[in-house]
Amino acid sequence: MTATRSRPAAPALRLGAASFKLRRRPLLVVAAALVVLAALFVVDIMIGDFPLTVSQVVDTLFGGGTRRDQFVVMELRMPRALTGLLVGGALGLSGAIFQAIVRNPLASPDILGVTWGAGAGAVSVITFAGSLGVVTGSAASLGVPLAGLAGGLFAGLLVYALAWRQGIEGFRMVLVGIGITAVAGNFTHYLLTVGDVLDAGRAMVWITGSLNGRGWEHVVPVALALAVLVPVALIGGHVLGALQFDDQTSRGLGIRVNVARSFLIIVAIVLASVATAAAGPIAFVALATPQIALRLAGTAQPPLFGSVVVGGVLVMLSDLVARTVYRTELPVGVVTAVLGAPYLMFLLVRSRREARV
Amino acid sequence: MGRRSLGLLFLLVVLVAVCLASIAIGSKEIPLSGVWHGLFTPTGVEDDVVVRELRIPRTLIGIAVGIALGVGGALMQGHTRNPLADPGILGVTHGAALAVVLSIFLLGVNSLVGYIWFAFAGAMIASVVVFLLGSAGRGGPSPVTLALAGAAVSALMNGLVSAIVLLDQQSLDAFRFWQVGGIAGRDTTVLTQVLPFLLVGLVVAAFNAPGLNAMSLGEDVAKSLGVNVSRTRSLGILAITLLVGGAVAACGPIGFLGLVVPHIARAFTGPDYRWILPYSALLGAILILFADIVGRVVARPSEVEVGVMLALIGAPFFIYLVRRKRLVKI
Repeated sequence: MTATRSRPAAPALRLGAASFKLRRRPLLVVAAALVVLAALFVVDIMIGDFPLTVSQVVDTLFGGGTRRDQFVVMELRMPRALTGLLVGGALGLSGAIFQAIVRNPLASPDILGVTWGAGAGAVSVITFAGSLGVVTGSAASLGVPLAGLAGGLFAGLLVYALAWRQGIEGFRMVLVGIGITAVAGNFTHYLLTVGDVLDAGRAMVWITGSLNGRGWEHVVPVALALAVLVPVALIGGHVLGALQFDDQTSRGLGIRVNVARSFLIIVAIVLASVATAAAGPIAFVALATPQIALRLAGTAQPPLFGSVVVGGVLVMLSDLVARTVYRTELPVGVVTAVLGAPYLMFLLVRSRREARV
Repeated sequence: MGRRSLGLLFLLVVLVAVCLASIAIGSKEIPLSGVWHGLFTPTGVEDDVVVRELRIPRTLIGIAVGIALGVGGALMQGHTRNPLADPGILGVTHGAALAVVLSIFLLGVNSLVGYIWFAFAGAMIASVVVFLLGSAGRGGPSPVTLALAGAAVSALMNGLVSAIVLLDQQSLDAFRFWQVGGIAGRDTTVLTQVLPFLLVGLVVAAFNAPGLNAMSLGEDVAKSLGVNVSRTRSLGILAITLLVGGAVAACGPIGFLGLVVPHIARAFTGPDYRWILPYSALLGAILILFADIVGRVVARPSEVEVGVMLALIGAPFFIYLVRRKRLVKI
């Protein structure tokens, strides 16, 4: 019992067939990100036309506060903040799964058809309900998120189905995704030129991704989807490490490659579609979040739960900026792109320098 | 003659046929005899005017842009070794878009011809920024860092474009028509302005092909074969910027073409860039003209812009190809 004690191996968490290594840095990153997320959530509820103090917000969240505080917090700001948080989480997780499976940092729901499929669906409704007047009444208002959801799911599953050829392969799926994305994206741009400029404006807000005027009806579907799919993805995702090898090796490790891949891809498609239906395709979150989470956590592939939290932080932070930076509220998608891009560049430059030390 | 030379000859014949069709077909049909008359013995009758003033410029711009985007796309995929890389990934398209929106928003520019220099400048600046970012550090530009830097810069510019068009309705109204990308309504001055850049770009691209072949074996092998990797890559980026920047300046963002054409070309030629580049050039021109012709016919009496038609026609074909062939991986 003298001399050297080797560094203790990371403890493992076992759930049936699934097991996770609990390493310190990823856990610390998740904990830190959760704290940031909670702080952002409170700040997000504080600011606005009726500013509230921290104690008022916390008080109201736990059932106290005046009637006015209750209304402002529970009806106006909380649904919006929750939508942002959940949508960010869903997009982050979806992006992390796609990137891990396709093994390409450029893969995200944007390139696999979901985003622009949703865009084409929603913009069709906006345009045909607007100046053209083909769709009217409740179909016009309710129809936008529903059409977005349907469009996203349809495009995502179409890509998946068309890429299936005795199994699913990341490379082929990406190429098919490019094809479907091109059709949906160009169709959407075409729709923008068909209607009048007011429709085009409304459509642009939707395409950019916005949390303005989001209520509980937007929160509930995303929350339900996340409640079901996050645990499913985390448990299913433990095979992602083995899927990084070529198919032969993965099979040798005992992974049913096609089943595992199909399952995870469908989870990712549903997550991205639900998120997009609630808030529009908020640019860049699904693309940047996994890369940011990966570099923060120092893991070999995008950490799934880390991506959920980082995605939430990214969207919440962007929405805070979007609401305060200009005299009118900007759509959050503008800010996610403008904020996320330099950060990704910074990480890129830094990780290159680190690699050489 | 080898199989690949015969294929090239075949594509050339197809291109000539498509050109004739592009001159003949439109909202006013012109018989082939009329096309001939307009081309070689014009006397100023109505058909001659249509042929010479409208259809020929449109066809020539289509050829130039198709060649530029096809070659640019092939170079792009070769240099980033990423099958997802379309020419837009270097930030060129979004740089041009931002410059165009700024020119509308700040200076009130409001014509397709007026956007040219702004678009071109925007494309150049964006790709230089991407290149510098992607090659920061000692390792020089690598495929992954270039692609990531490009995606980041593109997203940034896209965000700025959205911000401007959302705040200013007039900018949106002008921009949405630039955004679809088309080769109609541009006269030959557009072509003469961008042609020098495209030609220089093509020459640089031709010299880049052998080096690109060596580099696709991996950078270390390329070095041991005596290739100057960073110079080859820099020249390649220069060619891409000139070609794609010129194309975007002339006709707005036409996505898809530069992405798909190299994959189709590779299915015929295999991985040799000395063949991929000319195949991509001809296929690009054929595809864009064909899509443009279909766009004139489907929605008579109005037209559907070529950018939209390209995706609608090209995507199903592309997906068919992806499914059928064992695509050459990069």
